[in-house]
Amino acid sequence: MTPQDAAVAPEAPVAEDPIKAQNSQVLALLTRLFGADTFTDVHEPYGLLTATTTRERIHEIIAGLQQDQELKFHFLTTMCGINYPENPSQELGMIYHLHSLTKNIRLRLKIFFPVADPVVPTLTDLYNTANWMEREAYDFYGVIFTGHPNLIRILNVEDMDYFPMRKQYPVEDGTREDKTDLFFGR
Amino acid sequence: MADNRVPEIKSVEAPEGVEGAGFFATSLEKVVGMARANSLWPLPFATSCCGIEFMATMGSHYDISRFGSERPSFSPRQADLLMVMGTIAKKMAPIVKQVYEQMAEPRWVLAMGACACSGGIFDSYSVLQGIDRIIPVDVYVPGCPPRPEQVIDGLMRVQDLARNESMRRRNAPEYQALLESYNIK
Repeated sequence: MTPQDAAVAPEAPVAEDPIKAQNSQVLALLTRLFGADTFTDVHEPYGLLTATTTRERIHEIIAGLQQDQELKFHFLTTMCGINYPENPSQELGMIYHLHSLTKNIRLRLKIFFPVADPVVPTLTDLYNTANWMEREAYDFYGVIFTGHPNLIRILNVEDMDYFPMRKQYPVEDGTREDKTDLFFGR
Repeated sequence: MADNRVPEIKSVEAPEGVEGAGFFATSLEKVVGMARANSLWPLPFATSCCGIEFMATMGSHYDISRFGSERPSFSPRQADLLMVMGTIAKKMAPIVKQVYEQMAEPRWVLAMGACACSGGIFDSYSVLQGIDRIIPVDVYVPGCPPRPEQVIDGLMRVQDLARNESMRRRNAPEYQALLESYNIK
């Protein structure tokens, strides 16, 4: 490519990014199915369509997406908790990654709710894989899933009395006495 | 036979004793110590990367069989040496302790690698910060992960312990007190 070519390149018609086109189609369908005011903070980091919704509607939306004949989101890739202590009354969150295996479309949905009331509807009636993931989210973040058949700790010791991934708790072991902050830049 | 060279066979040297024509006298403790030291059956409690390093130690190149540790015992009841290799999570701690309690005397413990010795880099709410919090440890092998040579060195130090300690270690008051401090009957 010579410098002259570079000068004329911006005037050439730019082919539209196929991922962007697909995402805008999916978003149009989402707003048509569930209403435009349902989704906030829509963006596409690395081409992954991401939207934030509310916990009141999450079950209905994901059920609709699973049963939708066009998109067929039959696979729940991931669901996990997250903790932002600096967001008042939005401290805890759950993040859902859906994958349409037939169309190869991925979608990420987020919900946020107060840490004082961490109650979320379960997805175990839609996806069997949600059973394990919700137990994990309960184990680490203390999110209560209403309707889950067996909501007990799954990875941590049974007698643990706190939710370790909430940022109010130290990650380090509390019983070490031989470590000084001198070596850790603290 | 073209050459009459005797092949060089390494065997265990006899302990100190009184030798004479047709007899050899030594103390029972030395004989028993020699037998124990040269047939340590390890129980490999391998949870992570150090376990892989131990597998290299068991392989033909480093050959842990030279020390009479030919048979890794996967039953605690026939094992002499518990080798804990890898991170022990707090959820795993009761199982390690149970395995140790099921071993018959005489028994030794070798902690291999930084995680088993001290929790290593995993200074975390879920990881036991060293197995010496739940069971007594005889030999620590540092490193992350230790090379097979270090594992062999650790095993040889356990052999030294086995060779030189009293036959009735279990009845010693210090040993009783040690097990008492770990709440092991």
